[in-house]
Amino acid sequence: MTDRTIDLKAAKPRNQWWDVWDQFRTHKGALMGMFVLGFILFCTLVGPHLWDIDPKLIDIRARAKGPSMAHPLGTDQLGRDMLARLFSGGRITIAVGMTAMVLSLVLGTFIGVVAGYFRRLDGILMRLTDLFLALPLLPLLLLMVMLFRESLVLSLGPENGVFILIVFAIGITSWMHTARIVRGDVLALKEREFVLASRSIGTPARRMILRHILPNVMSPIMVSATLGVANAVITESALSFLGLGFPPDFPTWGRLLSDGMVYINQNPERVIWPAIALSALVLSINYIGDGLRDALDPRIRGR
Amino acid sequence: MLTFTIRRLLFAIPTLLFISLVIFLILELAPGDPLADMPMTIPPDVKEKIRLSLGLGRPAYIRYGLWLYNLFVTEPSYWIDSAFHTHLADGAQRIISFQTRAPVFDTIAERIPQTLLVVGMGYLVGTLISLPIGIISAYKQYSWFDQFGTFVSMVGFSVPTFVTGVMLIVIFSVMIPSTSFFWLPSIYDTTLRVTDWNSFVLQFRQMIMPVFVLALYQAAQVSRYMRASMLDNLSMDYVRTARAKGLSERVLLLKHVLRNSLIPVITVIALGVPSIFTGAIITENVFKVNGLGQQLLLSIQGNDAPMVLTISFIFAILIVLFNLIADVLYGILDPRIRYD
Repeated sequence: MTDRTIDLKAAKPRNQWWDVWDQFRTHKGALMGMFVLGFILFCTLVGPHLWDIDPKLIDIRARAKGPSMAHPLGTDQLGRDMLARLFSGGRITIAVGMTAMVLSLVLGTFIGVVAGYFRRLDGILMRLTDLFLALPLLPLLLLMVMLFRESLVLSLGPENGVFILIVFAIGITSWMHTARIVRGDVLALKEREFVLASRSIGTPARRMILRHILPNVMSPIMVSATLGVANAVITESALSFLGLGFPPDFPTWGRLLSDGMVYINQNPERVIWPAIALSALVLSINYIGDGLRDALDPRIRGR
Repeated sequence: MLTFTIRRLLFAIPTLLFISLVIFLILELAPGDPLADMPMTIPPDVKEKIRLSLGLGRPAYIRYGLWLYNLFVTEPSYWIDSAFHTHLADGAQRIISFQTRAPVFDTIAERIPQTLLVVGMGYLVGTLISLPIGIISAYKQYSWFDQFGTFVSMVGFSVPTFVTGVMLIVIFSVMIPSTSFFWLPSIYDTTLRVTDWNSFVLQFRQMIMPVFVLALYQAAQVSRYMRASMLDNLSMDYVRTARAKGLSERVLLLKHVLRNSLIPVITVIALGVPSIFTGAIITENVFKVNGLGQQLLLSIQGNDAPMVLTISFIFAILIVLFNLIADVLYGILDPRIRYD
């Protein structure tokens, strides 16, 4: 929407995202978070190509070894390289977090916009949100994963089946807060003059939502997106930690942590590395979310 | 206020029914079999008889109705019987666990004390620590104390309890030799009875780590709210007025600002009470505390439908109840809020 204004060089209007970036830069924690997150993403995306030991390669002679040149983070009880497992585990952890966040965001935004825009659906959709908020989420997640894992694994394969199940389970149990925030914003936006003007020229509801409402509720959605990733990563790790997540062949960080618990007396470093990686990931995402919230709030940005 | 409370209580009934139905249907639709763990040598006709004895022969809606009836009629009458020595229950069928073949509520009653002691203590300690931290952080905004406090609360809020718990175990149970004074047990011993000073010290030592983990998480959340709420109030006009008329900072802070800032924080604390039980699932597993959360996990793994349904339903009741309490408290404490 701003391409045209950049072409008109005379007045040099600034893209509003530059203002956001300027405010974001002043938040030290958020910058640190960006740096750490970038490092983690680099490790998980590029790392497996630089350190190309197969994480599933079993080398029983080199089992349960401490750090060495051949295995910088040591090996597990079957002689699999921990560094390679950490890299590939991070990939799955982040993939689950991102996909579950997208699912919960799409659901939450859809329900929030529909509830805010169409008054007739507001009551029933908000009651539904309240019902979901009253569910005991962790027991329900455990139940869903435990009971449906086997049949999905049989039909879709061990990795895809568990991935789809966990993403789906996290997605449908975490959309409620997004929906509430979006609904509130849509209710306020609906009373604004530009919506009235646009309605007066006969804009249909579908285009009104896509062109006028949605771009204006982007900032709360973006903030809930960052928090959603952190939440999904924690939930997935918790499920894996309780032994109800991914199978050991596809180790996420939570699974590595729970596998390492058994050998905590012999090889304490086996739990330390996944714990550090997981904490750094969630902490950096939360700091970015904090910075983003400040940067996207025009009341703070002006100062 | 009263009509609001009554309306909310009435709305809670369909909510709870819906939740129990959701859990029941998930259990029902799942392909799991409660007899999966039985030996293969049991002949099929005997297995069928076992299924019938578990009540699985009846259609789903009858089993759901029976469960509801047992939960709301039979079980309370047993409690009344044991309290007042009446004979209301008259030997009626209670809710029986598939795994232990014992009444579900007997198991729950065995498990609740550990959960309340460990997890409740964590919640209490965390809340008590967080209030002064939030107050000082807000009063001395941007001081080193505030910087440090917000960082620690960010860490405590981001790092999940199973990571902090495991890290503590690595430091205090693995790296420190078990002969040292600072060594702490990583496994909670439920059979320990506190009879004298020595056993009290043992009990105290084994509670340090789980309580610390939960307290850190709780303190991180509440101190963030406390700080934000204090900051909101400190910039209000009445604070300037109070300073202008010469009130001491101590009175100003503790009498005027604190009272007003506590209103939203108290509702947050009330809303968090159900998480004592649900969040306990993870912490109890890290430290092997045999509380309610661990029982729930065991029952889920064993396809023990009545136990899972009942424990989850108790969690749901707690969530709905404390949501209501938070709303009502907010209305009572803040005269500006009117629900009617």
